Amino acid sequence: MTTAVMGHSRQTSSLDPLLKVEDIHTYYGKSHTLHGVSLEVGRGEVVGLLGRNGVGKSTTLKAIAGLVPPSAGRILFEGRAITGLAAHRLARLGIGYVPEDRRIFRLLSVTENLRTGLDRYGVTAARKKQLLDKVHVYFPVLAERRNQAGGTLSGGEQQMLAIARAMMLEPKIILLDEPTEGLMPRMVSQIREIIGVLKQEGVAVLLVEQNVPLTLDASQRIYIIEKGVVRHHAPAAELRADDAVIHQYLGV
Amino acid sequence: MEQVLQAIPFDQLLIQTINGIVTGMILALVASGLTLIFGIMDVVNFAHGELFMLGAYIGVLIMATTGNFWIALVAATLLVALLGAVIHLTTLRPLLGRDPLTTILATFGISLVLQNYALWQFGPVARKIQEPFTGHFKLFYLEYPWYRLVIAGLSAAIITALWLFLKFGTYGIWIRATTQDRVMAQAMGIPVPWVLTAVFAIGAGMAAASGVLFGPLVGVNHTMGLDWVLKAFIVVVVGGMGNLGGSILAAIFISLLESYASLWVSPAQAVIVSFVVLILTLLFRPTGLFVPTPK
Amino acid sequence: MRTRQPLFYWMGFAIILVLLIVAPLVLPEFWRRFLTEILIWGLLAMSSDLLIGYTGLVSFGHSAFFGLGMYGAAAALLTMRPPSLWLAIVYGLVAAALVAGFVAYFSTRLRDIYFAITTLIFSQIFYVVIFTWTEVTGGENGLTFSRPALAIPGLFSVPFTTETLHWFVLAVVTLSYLALRRITQSPFGMVLQSIRENEARTRAIGYPIERYKMVAVMLSGLFAGLAGVLYAVQNRFAAPDFVFFLVSGEVVIFNVIGGIGTLVGPIVGAAFYLLLREGLSRFLTEYYLIPVGLMFIAMVIFMPQGLLGFARRWLNR
Repeated sequence: MTTAVMGHSRQTSSLDPLLKVEDIHTYYGKSHTLHGVSLEVGRGEVVGLLGRNGVGKSTTLKAIAGLVPPSAGRILFEGRAITGLAAHRLARLGIGYVPEDRRIFRLLSVTENLRTGLDRYGVTAARKKQLLDKVHVYFPVLAERRNQAGGTLSGGEQQMLAIARAMMLEPKIILLDEPTEGLMPRMVSQIREIIGVLKQEGVAVLLVEQNVPLTLDASQRIYIIEKGVVRHHAPAAELRADDAVIHQYLGV
Repeated sequence: MEQVLQAIPFDQLLIQTINGIVTGMILALVASGLTLIFGIMDVVNFAHGELFMLGAYIGVLIMATTGNFWIALVAATLLVALLGAVIHLTTLRPLLGRDPLTTILATFGISLVLQNYALWQFGPVARKIQEPFTGHFKLFYLEYPWYRLVIAGLSAAIITALWLFLKFGTYGIWIRATTQDRVMAQAMGIPVPWVLTAVFAIGAGMAAASGVLFGPLVGVNHTMGLDWVLKAFIVVVVGGMGNLGGSILAAIFISLLESYASLWVSPAQAVIVSFVVLILTLLFRPTGLFVPTPK
Repeated sequence: MRTRQPLFYWMGFAIILVLLIVAPLVLPEFWRRFLTEILIWGLLAMSSDLLIGYTGLVSFGHSAFFGLGMYGAAAALLTMRPPSLWLAIVYGLVAAALVAGFVAYFSTRLRDIYFAITTLIFSQIFYVVIFTWTEVTGGENGLTFSRPALAIPGLFSVPFTTETLHWFVLAVVTLSYLALRRITQSPFGMVLQSIRENEARTRAIGYPIERYKMVAVMLSGLFAGLAGVLYAVQNRFAAPDFVFFLVSGEVVIFNVIGGIGTLVGPIVGAAFYLLLREGLSRFLTEYYLIPVGLMFIAMVIFMPQGLLGFARRWLNR
């Protein structure tokens, strides 16, 4: 999807996608990891990203989050070019990131973990309390363990903390990297519920997953990546009906 | 052994203990700044001793104009903290993300410049800072200066304030999060480069404060940073790099041992004690004497 | 490191060598000795480059190796009659090797950043020991002794003149350079460079990197000790000042200014620094280190490849 648009559009009509990735390339040292990835996520949409291990799904998320600057291509957020901006500015613009292996702050308590996202300029104490209360409602286990160190939580609890933490930024989109990895099967439905909650809150989700059924169920559209490029793109409904394409690319 | 112990009068032992704790607290103050900086940005700050030295000199200057020790202490701390921020912004920020080799080289270069700048501005003759108050109390047959106890108390207070700030302060969480996981801190909207600059400034300020506090005990001259930076490095390695509590314990431990050693040998030779402690630590518990060995 | 075209390289090498041989015949006395000193410091800087430029380890311990080489030579020259040049070299190398082994054992156990600190601390340990053990080392004042003759026992014995000393030093330094070059281009040297680029990966492949590092430190220490011996022979004294870690710092400056990882760069760096110091000290006396220090910092940030790297790039346009 390479549209030659000069400058950036300041008007964000409701037809503009929230996030637009245009033909980005990234390198890891000398190896060329993304060979021109393009995708879009609309407001409040849940979009899935499928692909085998090592094809560049996580790298795509990292590029969007500002952790891996693309060497070519553009990323537009709400119509504004954000390519190359520092990660902390992107977080404040409304891009939340939940990495593979969660990476919660192990030595900080649950509440302190949440506060890393809450303590932003322009958030009133009342609003902070509101957000915290909301998290405690959605994730009662976090309320229980609020003063415990992050490192003492179980894998599933850490995953919830990682997502809750990102929610504290009041993001417009959350980049979810393999949330079910390493979790027990019964937690998958909990993750499904959480994605539903995010959708309900109007937060868009770009979901990278190895778990195909979950992705098919939760997403509205799905991209399939192979070797650093998007190979296929279709509405989830289509793929639910005929998943031959998925088998072809994932060999599942 | 018994004869040796009996040969030392108890009162001398006690005096050395107090001396050891006093020096130890100042060393702890210097070392905690160093360890804080290392823990958060993996920078070995070779210029730390010079920040200590500049703090002492600024203390001298401000005392000369205002005659007030406490104003000198606060002003020196703030001015050097500002200097620290400037140093970080100009020389260390551009090196973020480069080979860690380069930060070692850069801070070494800074230490050279600062040292010679001090030599240039203040000359080679040592200056003196007046103690804010004289007055001794009776410790056995000796008159022990109150001031020394006050230094120890103040150092402890500053370190405690730092600890409280890190644990409960608004930006303490930012600093702790950045120390643990710099990447995720950024992803959470924490302006990491500024946090790093702030921590460097805090470390610099703490070094300066130690310099002013220590000033009245020794002469202030342009090489005073060298001895301290060496001791501080030993303390940081023995305490476990990046481990705040460990450095404080190590500082007191080493100072105490050195104080006791100076009952037998000259102070110049007493430093060998710290070397021995370092060597033993590297041999048996390289991650730090007071750090539980990782399994 | 890119290999230059061999012909161009050897031609340049030969030209410089010839210039250095002829130099003492045309330069005034002061500059003759100065040139010899540049060579000695250059050797020291080269030895340090093996660690910084090829293994990626910043060492502040070279003052200890250099100093022990000096004191080792002093020991030989003071205890043996008649003072023997070769014995001085042997004693110096052995002393430096022992110290290097000691330092290597401890500092290679820790991560790269800690290496700088531990070598610095060990430098200071030796400084304090030498400074306070007055009976053996002469303490603060050091040791003085007479210069040995250039001799092969049984064949001839000729006292050194400034020129012959210069040629002797030049020979030693040139041979050392060739030896170091050989080492860095050998399989061993390749492993060192691989450690520099990615230690974790090199370890994962299966190399016992601690052992490689230890050997690197010892080799480096040997050449540094050799430089110390040469210095002792030239100047006829040994002093604790040279063991102080700031000397190591100066060596690191030579490396960075000249260009790390080039072997020749550090010699250029030493020459540049010493000439600059000579020049500046006429105007600024002791404060020459301020502009030099600032320049050093600027080079670390903007020209990390050093003068030589910069020149190389410029030449390749």
